[in-house]
Amino acid sequence: MRAFQAFTGLVAPLDRANVDTDQIIPKQFLKSIKRTGFGDNLFDGWRYLDEGHPGQTANERQINHEFVLNAPRYQGARVLLARDNFGCGSSREHAVWALMEYGFDVVLAPSFADIFYSNCFKNGLLPIVLDEETIEKMFDAAQSDGLVVSVDLESQTIVPQEGEAVAFDIDPVRKRKLLLGLDDIGLTLAERDRIVEFEKKHYGQMPWLPGARG
Amino acid sequence: MAGQTVYDKVWSDHEVGVREDGESLLYIDLQLLHEVTSPQAFEGLALNHRPLWRTGANLATPDHNVPTERRSEGLAGIDDPVAHEQVVTLDANCKAYGVTQFDILDKRQGIVHVVGPEQGATMPGMTVVCGDSHTSTHGAFAALAQGIGTSEVEHVMATQCLAQRKAGNFAIETTGRLSEGVYAKDLVLAIIARLGTAGATAHTLEYRGEAVQALSMEGRMTLCNMAIEAGARAGMVAVDDTTLEYVHGRPFAPVGQMWDQAETYWRTLVSDDDAVFDRMERFDATALAPFVTWGTSPELGVPVDGAIPNPDREADPVKAESIRLALAYMGLSADQPITDIQLDRVFIGSCTNARIEDLRAVAQVVRGRKVAGRIKQALVVPGSGLVKAQAEAEGIADVLIEAGFDWRDAGCSMCLAMNPDKLGPGEHCASTSNRNFEGRQGHAGRTHLVSPAMAAAAAIAGHFVDVREWI
Repeated sequence: MRAFQAFTGLVAPLDRANVDTDQIIPKQFLKSIKRTGFGDNLFDGWRYLDEGHPGQTANERQINHEFVLNAPRYQGARVLLARDNFGCGSSREHAVWALMEYGFDVVLAPSFADIFYSNCFKNGLLPIVLDEETIEKMFDAAQSDGLVVSVDLESQTIVPQEGEAVAFDIDPVRKRKLLLGLDDIGLTLAERDRIVEFEKKHYGQMPWLPGARG
Repeated sequence: MAGQTVYDKVWSDHEVGVREDGESLLYIDLQLLHEVTSPQAFEGLALNHRPLWRTGANLATPDHNVPTERRSEGLAGIDDPVAHEQVVTLDANCKAYGVTQFDILDKRQGIVHVVGPEQGATMPGMTVVCGDSHTSTHGAFAALAQGIGTSEVEHVMATQCLAQRKAGNFAIETTGRLSEGVYAKDLVLAIIARLGTAGATAHTLEYRGEAVQALSMEGRMTLCNMAIEAGARAGMVAVDDTTLEYVHGRPFAPVGQMWDQAETYWRTLVSDDDAVFDRMERFDATALAPFVTWGTSPELGVPVDGAIPNPDREADPVKAESIRLALAYMGLSADQPITDIQLDRVFIGSCTNARIEDLRAVAQVVRGRKVAGRIKQALVVPGSGLVKAQAEAEGIADVLIEAGFDWRDAGCSMCLAMNPDKLGPGEHCASTSNRNFEGRQGHAGRTHLVSPAMAAAAAIAGHFVDVREWI
């Protein structure tokens, strides 16, 4: 996983609650056996007027000019501003892969769905929870004059080009992994002895488990 | 020490350790695999030259994009080359790593969350994961079953563990019993309508009380299946006789003395009387009516005798806007009665409602009746090859075919429309599945979530009706 680095970037506002992962990346694109190739189909049902299929290029598609991410002013955005319960529904990690490949490094929302939130940290996308009032102010700014912010995970701050810095909370474990780009599996395998020891006891007590056969 | 909940007990019996940072390493007893979320995980293992930690703790079957017709042709029956490659990749990975797979031609193939319990691979007190959010289904067995992303699938493949923090305990306390014609599906839709789709975020639900105890395992699986639709990490039901009777005699279940040993442990998987729940909500099942969703989120449901809400009467502006967006997408109007919604297709299937009891409920409504002329297709997709065979043996398939239903082979099918079964733009569908998100069942399709009996009655009438009046 790549390490998360501080940056300054444009904020794109997606003004609706309960955005589910079916919207972030529709199912027809989940047939891929790769982790890449999803960026062009991020929010496919909203970004384009026609129905998308795997293997198309963006210039074959009918662009929905009403959709916020298609507005010229939000091109190149690196921060997605969202509403409550962002990423609900399906566990598909493809949603995170699509957001990152499109160019987002951070998602700001009042709340996230659990599985999506967890998936973000496995890939280096930073989901930041902010209170409703702050989110509302950011929507106002992003939808009017536009909003550019500097995001620094180390100091846990978001600094708008104009206005006051906003602090955010984050689990210290997740913060460290993200900053260092640590491989979760490698970390757990370092505890191999502990797992092996646990298994001896566990399968001794519960020999009926399917894993007991090895 | 305060008493423990079922979740507390299963969690502590699987906690390998707590790291300095407070995160726990949780041991996983069973990982279920399917073709969509496993290929990148297997690839990750291979790229890092890591072995599968414990082969026997994995079980695979293709379900998401298998066609439900021409099954006898096997892989050759998958016309879509991208879907074909994914199913072939699952075959190859299972062979390479020695994972037991019920492949496309195996009569035990089916939706992974139907197959696990049916085989007895899901047992009480286990920790279960799968790269699919509806893994919560298995919680009906007092198992801690969680949907995970592909990185975590790979993590469990490589380490047999998940690193996570414990969620809160959330009791769904039920009283009374569901009346005739009202099912577990209606109860869970009512629960989600009240809690909202984020209402149980960071919690594990325990469904408790009289209405839950009266449910079959199929009904309990329906409840737990949709725990994720309330945002919960998992859903669980305590062990009782119903649980043990279901598991007994299944292929993976222990026998003889080992069964006795297991039963002794499994009987302890009930929440203690003095267990502490962080949150609690009460639901009375007695007066509950069948539920129908009208919008594009599972929380947007109302009783069948109700009407679609009016956004002008919603005080919260974000909620009002959600209602407006949903009405526009669904082509419906505020205050419209639910029974006025005209339907184009009906889908009976999915990990929520494609078990034998669901199909029996459908047959009970359909017997001697015909699918309405305006319904372009009434699709019935059994949850597994074995459910299909049983339904055929019981004469259910004949009743459905006679009535004009399309009787198919097992898979996820039109629940998420990754295979050829899908809605056309603008079509309204009465569906026994779990999600009514935009485009979920096909580009611009419009999904209404209901129980199998409600879907059956809707297929006959061509619009929603109160199935209680029919049985």
